[in-house]
Amino acid sequence: MLVTQFLVLGALLFCCGIYGVLARRNAVMILMSIELMLNAVNINLITFGHLHGDVGAQVFALFVIAVAAAEVGVGLAIVLLIYRNRSSINVEDLDLMRG
Amino acid sequence: MVAQNIFFGLIAGGVGISAIKMVTTRNIVHAALYLVAVLAGLAALYILLTAEFVATTQFLVYIGAVMVLFLFGIMLTRAPMGHRDGLTSKQWPMALMVAVLFGAVIVYAVIEQFGADELSENPTVFRSADVGDSIFSTYVVPFEAVSVLLLAALIGAIVLARKD
Repeated sequence: MLVTQFLVLGALLFCCGIYGVLARRNAVMILMSIELMLNAVNINLITFGHLHGDVGAQVFALFVIAVAAAEVGVGLAIVLLIYRNRSSINVEDLDLMRG
Repeated sequence: MVAQNIFFGLIAGGVGISAIKMVTTRNIVHAALYLVAVLAGLAALYILLTAEFVATTQFLVYIGAVMVLFLFGIMLTRAPMGHRDGLTSKQWPMALMVAVLFGAVIVYAVIEQFGADELSENPTVFRSADVGDSIFSTYVVPFEAVSVLLLAALIGAIVLARKD
């Protein structure tokens, strides 16, 4: 197996995540796209850990998973709060700060 | 090595198609299910890369916990179930351009740097015991920091979401 195979797959996933974050209107969809980007990072970490024979990569992949779980919890709480206050989670409606 | 390459091709094809379908589908529940497919495929790739503990954690935390949280989020915000055009914003061509350009740069850099590097056929395999050893010796301070972060996130989510 080539290193490039895994890294290119990671890049593809990251690009899908970027597209999702920029092009989607629903706040929950944006959070899901962020998860996709975090997973793309994880596969790079594991690939380089395999390449260099270092266990630290796996440990940091686990930390990334833990941070992603925390991020989803707080992110969905914020989305629910927005929905409760404005009855919409369309990010294009959230333009209170527009000058 | 041939078998590993065949499995990589099958899994990577499934993951790539699911990821593209996830960001383009017009049904938000389908998007969540495609995300499950991506996460499961990645767990399979972690096993292919001999990272068994990370693969297990991926299944438990992502597919088990995070996806349930997402489905609850979709239901509680009464997102439009079923097909609707409103899920993608008008700026999607710009977003596509950014994603494609970024991907082109990354793929070029990766091929330039790691063009023909082979992953070793007999890699150092780290069992769950080795990962645990490492977490509780070398990386014990970051581990404790992550526990505090999880506690803070838990309390923060409760404070944000409760009704006063």
